[in-house]
Amino acid sequence: MLKLNNLSVSVGKKQILSNIDFQFEPDKVYAVMGPNGSGKSTLGYSIAGHPAYEVTSGQIVFNNEDITEEEPEKRAEKGIFLSFQSPLQIAGVTVFQLLRLALEGKVDPLELRNKINRIAKELKIRDELLNRSLNEGASGGERKKLELLQAVVLDPKFLILDEIDTGVDVDALKIIGSYIDKIKKGRTIVLITHYNRILKYIKPDYVLVLVNGRLVKVGKKDLAHQIEEQGYESLNSNL
Amino acid sequence: MSDTQQEDIKFDYKYGFSVPTKYVYKADKGLSDEVVKKISYYKNEPAWMRDFRLKSLSVFNSKAMPSWGPDLSEIDFESITYYAKPIDNQVRSWEDLPDEIKQTYDKIGVPKAERDFLAGVSAQFDSEVVYENMRKEIAKLGVIFCDMDTAVKKYPKIVKKYFGKLIPPADNKFAALNSAVWSGGSFVYVPKGVKVPMPLQAYFRINAESFGQFERTLIIAEEGSFVHYVEGCTAPIYTTSSLHAAVVEIFVHPKARVRYTTVQNWSSNVYNLVTKRSRVEESAVMEWVDCNIGSKVTMKYPSCYLVGEYARGEVLSIAYANENQIQDTGAKMMHLAANTKSRVVSKSISRQGGRCSYRGLVNVSPGAYNSSVFVSCDALLLDEKSRTDTYPYMKIREQQGVEIQHEATVERIGEEKLFYLASRGIDKQSAEGLLVQGFVEPVAKEIPLEYAVELNRLLKVEMAGSVG
Repeated sequence: MLKLNNLSVSVGKKQILSNIDFQFEPDKVYAVMGPNGSGKSTLGYSIAGHPAYEVTSGQIVFNNEDITEEEPEKRAEKGIFLSFQSPLQIAGVTVFQLLRLALEGKVDPLELRNKINRIAKELKIRDELLNRSLNEGASGGERKKLELLQAVVLDPKFLILDEIDTGVDVDALKIIGSYIDKIKKGRTIVLITHYNRILKYIKPDYVLVLVNGRLVKVGKKDLAHQIEEQGYESLNSNL
Repeated sequence: MSDTQQEDIKFDYKYGFSVPTKYVYKADKGLSDEVVKKISYYKNEPAWMRDFRLKSLSVFNSKAMPSWGPDLSEIDFESITYYAKPIDNQVRSWEDLPDEIKQTYDKIGVPKAERDFLAGVSAQFDSEVVYENMRKEIAKLGVIFCDMDTAVKKYPKIVKKYFGKLIPPADNKFAALNSAVWSGGSFVYVPKGVKVPMPLQAYFRINAESFGQFERTLIIAEEGSFVHYVEGCTAPIYTTSSLHAAVVEIFVHPKARVRYTTVQNWSSNVYNLVTKRSRVEESAVMEWVDCNIGSKVTMKYPSCYLVGEYARGEVLSIAYANENQIQDTGAKMMHLAANTKSRVVSKSISRQGGRCSYRGLVNVSPGAYNSSVFVSCDALLLDEKSRTDTYPYMKIREQQGVEIQHEATVERIGEEKLFYLASRGIDKQSAEGLLVQGFVEPVAKEIPLEYAVELNRLLKVEMAGSVG
């Protein structure tokens, strides 16, 4: 599905990820955990192709195709979606207008409108947010829901959710978590997270731990519990 | 209009197009008493108008060029043809138009729906209004909507009362020029209490090389009336510079409301120098919605003279400057009575080294207490080469209860926004287009749908047409 071959990534002169080797499989849920500044978000940006994140060595291979140098919009077309940790506001552009442009020629506008309305209802997104500029006047939880809505409409095969549980209240977390669980079939889901709490609603098949830009441990879901109880320090001593 | 025709425009327009036109009369190049007299003669005008023209010409000759703003030194007044009469008589219906003129309109894309649903198309081809069609119900309401030349002959009493009263020839050099050689434009008279139920529309276009267009529009809205006037402008591209110097005068009587919408796309060699002014009386409302795309230099500052208490004035504008283009636009709000209110929302986009300036004047006179002023100008820069400036002048000479708000922002399209949209599968060019569209949305939503669609299309073509 998606393979990271000895991937190292820098921003400016600063190296952030070092020699990551990993293969993501279809129909699996991965939790990527690690302390602040360990490179979790960088991993998401690198896979999605942010131009400021430079791959200094190694490759990103998606469905047997080297996409290391591919433009971000091409990666999106191939089925990679990154849900942002801090979704941006786009003045004067509704979520419908954005998605219509993203899917230009591929979807009937009326059908798209209905789909957005349906998903918004399922995610309990207020109607008025759909008619406003994207993310304008939206709470943290609402912004994350709007990211998820876009993801579902674009129907990616590889879905990266960068801290979709941060800045979200308990009710919204429950809705978001259960929704991800509902749509996970047929996709690879990568949950970048600090906390265990979202893992209550969606069980990861694997937990990856990043420390200082290195992939230090891969385990099953009980690894998340161990981290919660003993912290990342315990892992380091185990290494 | 069919989709294929739409496609044609897109590509044709970038290179300009010109349809050979038969002229009944075309004046010699250059400006003289003789030329002005001839224009008046061919128009069969009354003596008072001919005299007005001649007086204006001497004002023009004595006036200096503006000492501020963009460089206009390349305009050669001697190489311009000031008048051309394409066909002999006005025609009544669309079908009667000569084919070549119809073709031109097709290429501009006068929306078909307009003919079916809207009041009347008074489309100006060169300097004569050759097509005019007014819906019967509007005439029944007592509304007069005709070209300015006809109005001079048919309604001399009203025209004499208002023509040149708000913008006298001496106002500025280009107003003087227009007053001397004006041709075409619209005359709108709305009687007391009449609310015109549909927008009145006119298309303007320059079609002869180095041929200046000097239309003249006069709108009078009597007490308690309402009218929305819409103009769309487009011109083909030629090798020498064209000059467009229009004058628009609007009289808004007590409790009346006038909205004047412009969506224009002059080709990149046109000097577009327009004087637009309104006189707004007690509890009346004037709204200018002004979208300027294209031209070489545009200088335009729609103004509201708020002369009656509780008068309200509004200018909403979009300016788009591409490579080698200067948009020097803004607004002028004169608070001359108490409890008056003005609002200016200006959005400008500069790209490929284009330059947009906001130039605004707000004047609150002594005695204009409890007046409120809101000015917001936002500039969007698409690259490092482009430029934006703001020149907001405020003369506040009354303090009591006066509220002033001024906001200005400059924004660059940043990597983060482009990446955000890219991560949804949107390429850079489309993303920039979307961000521009979003940026102008607060003004664009005020434009009638057909024109808003056209505006979006123009912006898209402009964004795609990167020359450099």
